[in-house]
Amino acid sequence: MKILVAVKQVPDTATQVKISGSDPRTIDTAGITWIVSPYDEFAVEEALRIKEKKGGEVVLVALGPDRVQSALRSGLAMGADSALHLKDPLFESVDTLGTAWALAAAIRPLAADLVLTGQQGVGGDNSQIPGLLAEILDVPQVTMAVKVEIGEGKATVEREIEGAHEVWETSLPAVISAQKGLNEPRYASLKGIMAAKKKTIETKDAASLGLKPEDLAPKTRVVGLELPASRPGVKMIPGDADAQVKELLRLLHEEAKVL
Amino acid sequence: MPTIVTFAEVRDGKVRRASLEAVSEARRLAGPLGATVQSVLIGQGVAPLAAEVASYGADRVHVFDDAELGSYATESFARALAQVITQEKPSVVLVPYTAMGKDVAPRVAARVGAGLVSDVVKLEVKDGKLEARRPVYAGKALATVRWEGEPQMATLRPNVFALGTPEASRPFETVTGTADVSTRRARVQSVQAAGAGKVELTEAQIIVSGGRGLKGPENFHLVEELANALGAAVGASRAVVDAGWVDHQMQVGQTGKTVSPTLYVAAGISGAIQHLAGMSSSKVIVAINKDADAPIFKVADYGIVGDVFEVLPKLSAAAKDLRSRH
Repeated sequence: MKILVAVKQVPDTATQVKISGSDPRTIDTAGITWIVSPYDEFAVEEALRIKEKKGGEVVLVALGPDRVQSALRSGLAMGADSALHLKDPLFESVDTLGTAWALAAAIRPLAADLVLTGQQGVGGDNSQIPGLLAEILDVPQVTMAVKVEIGEGKATVEREIEGAHEVWETSLPAVISAQKGLNEPRYASLKGIMAAKKKTIETKDAASLGLKPEDLAPKTRVVGLELPASRPGVKMIPGDADAQVKELLRLLHEEAKVL
Repeated sequence: MPTIVTFAEVRDGKVRRASLEAVSEARRLAGPLGATVQSVLIGQGVAPLAAEVASYGADRVHVFDDAELGSYATESFARALAQVITQEKPSVVLVPYTAMGKDVAPRVAARVGAGLVSDVVKLEVKDGKLEARRPVYAGKALATVRWEGEPQMATLRPNVFALGTPEASRPFETVTGTADVSTRRARVQSVQAAGAGKVELTEAQIIVSGGRGLKGPENFHLVEELANALGAAVGASRAVVDAGWVDHQMQVGQTGKTVSPTLYVAAGISGAIQHLAGMSSSKVIVAINKDADAPIFKVADYGIVGDVFEVLPKLSAAAKDLRSRH
């Protein structure tokens, strides 16, 4: 079984976001710790578990500048077999659709039985890649999976959405996106980290993926970025618990008018 | 005349509020764009719902009513929606950012080649084009996004766009569509609904969340009781989700849900940056914490420094009393 995992490198979730001084449409990346998007870690873990049960191969794919290689190395250290790094100046301005086209171009020739990825890349929070990728690859999708069971040419996937627990069945190949609750990602062992150093990361550019600049022309463009307006400030409610509760409800009812 | 198409999601035989918010927003944009509004209803027995969708502003409702569409399948729903887009060539497509919208919209976008902007909280018309605002980094920053070309497709965050006033007598036209249900390689086998009356976090008007200050899962009922008293949904911090006290579905924050309720009550939550990111766009925030220096007070509107074990039961009782009087 060949499993492709699309991973994204993102700023650590503890990052204090600042706007870049040189390009106000982007965040200041100085001092940022880059991590594998947590949802993609669930996807890598799931791929490894499937491989351990069914045998096969786990291939990672990521798009981005050179620093993305460290995200691929962490996935390789967890146990993935090899990795593809999609790197091209043309990729620097791609939107979600362009990213999906590039990932699809890399994945298609590998004839994967399963494509796993996180339900969203933390930070961009678009939740688009799974569906875009599935449509471009012309395979079914099941998003926000909390359980994946692989059968013969099919998979049973459980998802938890908006208070309902759904069981889906999909034929394979398919794209399945991971959400929190799917598994607990393993930590890379020292042996894994050493082994990862010897594994190959193959780099591909747009031309070698058969992509032309017009395929990657963005259809959406971030034109500005700002920090949210600061909150008006807190009104601390004094007194003992009885007085506090009484005053809080009065304020919520009469001043804020939300109750 | 330009057209705005919205996807009207139906759940349990009802048009979801988030879908009506999308129609309302389409109606508001229709003025400056000089556009007509068309909505798409997909499901089984959904035809009678067209009038409700129209009352919020749809001039035309495309109805795909088919027994085969009784349960949601991404591919057949995406095909139906893409079919309307191909046929009507809208300049704008609006889809609610619900679980279904999140699942179907990218598939449609790739199918029709539309630029898709997710989780939009504000739309404006500038020089005849749309400009969207959306939170990134779970709300630590706000991005302004524009489209190149059309359709300009967006998913709208529930609870943010105001619901219009329905006009029952609004004239509208119904167009019956035939869905291609031949390809459904992935489909629902069974659905287990959560407890009746349970309020979904992302759509809740009021949320009460609990954190490590509750000291253990056995005390989490204090949060649930206040939620019940307020008719609220229950949320939690990442710390207590990771500790296994409550289900991960309840996590509010950067690796959980981003919420914007009218009222957010944080009980025993210190306010880690990734939690604040997920809730600081709430209209009114109440923080209850024993540590007066807790970061949660920096985003709160009303703060109580106190013991959650003492404050929560009193607040539940008083809130119940207040609600029974109003």
